[in-house]
Amino acid sequence: MSGHAVEQPTLYGLIAEFETPGELVAAARRTREAGYKKYDAYSPMPIHEMDAAMDLHDNRVSLCTLIGGILGGTGGFGLMTWVAAVALPLNIGGRPLISVPMWIPITFECTILIGGLTAAISMIVMNGLPSPYHPVFNVERFANASRSKFFLCIESDDPKFDLAGTAGFLESLGPEEIAEVPR
Amino acid sequence: MAQPVELPSKIHVGPVIDEGHSLASVSDKVGGIVIKRKITLGWVFGLLIAFAVMQNLMIGATWLLIKGVGVWGLNIPVGWGFAIINFVWWIGIGHAGTLISAILLLLNQSWRNAINRFAEAMTLFAVMCAGMFPVLHTGRPWLAYWLMPYPNTMDLWPQFRSPLVWDVFAVSTYLTISAVFWFVGLLPDLATLRDSAKPRWQKVIYGALSMGWRGSARHWQRYEKASLLLAGMATPLVVSVHTVVSFDFAVGIIPGWHTTIFPPYFVAGAIYSGFAMVLTLMIPVRKFYGLDDIITLRHLNNMAKVTLATGMVVAYGYTFEAFFGYFSADTYERFMIWNRMTGPYAPFYWCLILCNIITPQFLWSKKIRTSPGILWCISIIVNIGMWLERFVIVVTSLHRDFLPSSWSMYWPTIWDWAVYTGTLGFFMTMIFLFIRVLPMITIFELRMLLPGARVKEPVAQ
Repeated sequence: MSGHAVEQPTLYGLIAEFETPGELVAAARRTREAGYKKYDAYSPMPIHEMDAAMDLHDNRVSLCTLIGGILGGTGGFGLMTWVAAVALPLNIGGRPLISVPMWIPITFECTILIGGLTAAISMIVMNGLPSPYHPVFNVERFANASRSKFFLCIESDDPKFDLAGTAGFLESLGPEEIAEVPR
Repeated sequence: MAQPVELPSKIHVGPVIDEGHSLASVSDKVGGIVIKRKITLGWVFGLLIAFAVMQNLMIGATWLLIKGVGVWGLNIPVGWGFAIINFVWWIGIGHAGTLISAILLLLNQSWRNAINRFAEAMTLFAVMCAGMFPVLHTGRPWLAYWLMPYPNTMDLWPQFRSPLVWDVFAVSTYLTISAVFWFVGLLPDLATLRDSAKPRWQKVIYGALSMGWRGSARHWQRYEKASLLLAGMATPLVVSVHTVVSFDFAVGIIPGWHTTIFPPYFVAGAIYSGFAMVLTLMIPVRKFYGLDDIITLRHLNNMAKVTLATGMVVAYGYTFEAFFGYFSADTYERFMIWNRMTGPYAPFYWCLILCNIITPQFLWSKKIRTSPGILWCISIIVNIGMWLERFVIVVTSLHRDFLPSSWSMYWPTIWDWAVYTGTLGFFMTMIFLFIRVLPMITIFELRMLLPGARVKEPVAQ
């Protein structure tokens, strides 16, 4: 009957609460080693050890920023070139129309402007924000995840998830408390 | 739940955060200032004064728009009076915020965690004040959008070879990126406020602003990457902004402006005045809000050291300005520097030397660096000194034109003062509002300083 729990549409997952970041890192590592895929850890501040424990290596933000920066820089430079050479060529004392050294400051500023905006926006979009509602918010004690407590949630979508088995697994991680997360 | 604090080994003047703080206590203390603390009479009084002073801006700007820039003390040859002086001064003040939030982040200076939010807010408000001046100085601010490149029926485009156009791009990029960096830094703290607020309207407002941040490890990983990238880009940006501001002067051929030392000397001066302004604001705030366990003497000591170091760079700048004037063997350059030291504006020049070179020498003493009251007075003097520096640079170079027949004097009118003091009121109003509606200290970064945040896995594997 364990498969029955998986079909339950009302259950998002099981969440375990921990007291310290060290316990959370250990728990996340053991969850990954146990073969779970759909799980997440929640903490009030970034924990650098978490990336290794959960095997996180998403570099798409950096890639987007690089592309944004290159587009910004070439866009700014291209605009100035087009304006000075095509749209409004001005002969000032016979100086070259395409005066590259004079365009460095604006090219630089455009690189930073578009690169910086891309960094922030791609981070927000890839994190699926804004998402005012999320099932984990249904757990009352989760309000502490932004204050002083550490949480690990194994989601019911995970192929390995079964209510009793996963609850037992979470129990073995030594949490303060385990709760069901309704959708 | 207080946990024992392991003090870092290399401590000279106290810890970066006092003992006895835990993850929960810093959240409650800093967040509580916003969501729990009652509105005090002192705050209302301060806000009212700032708001009243801000009305100078409204009156001054209105009269300016009715009559034109002639109501200011500008003339030919001094076409760049208060508008440019104050623009450069405000922009410079903003630079400390970015230095603290970006450069000190890259340098892994964890003491910055307690002051970066406040300093960044100061940056934003200072850049807003700065931006008003050139826009008002155009005389027709409603046409300021002409500075932007856009297809128009006049078939005109900005002159991209002009440092004044570089300025438009530099300052607007600076404002945008500072705002974005600030907002990204606020996300987790807004979530903290959302979760600890009691009234529903607070939950809704902070909930909407926090975008539903939930502290997921997968989010934090991208978040940290984006923060680092933003810091990496804001670092050259802040240097470029004041470099471009100095190009407004250095690219011209006016004696006293046309020197290669201007960019580094302007950037150092910007950081110098910015740190002075952070001290000016932080010392009262940490006292009135009882934050001396989070913004400790160590912070004041470090900020005073940065002020001293950048002050020395500025002193080097003054010395070499004078030397270049002499060494150029150029009649006009030599006259300019001599006129600056002995001419009609000499008292301004010597005052600036007193404020910017002599006064900060007191900061060599550790005792002074750790006495908030004296430090506050020094920071005010440095702010005044840096304002005088901009006055001297702008006015002394312009008022003695190449031809004696064009010589003139520049004195600000009451309308110059109205707009200037009005921006001071605007700045203080924004600061007063900020400390009540947003957490003035980055809570999640503060947590990272605590021993409770250190990862010690329970079972050795």
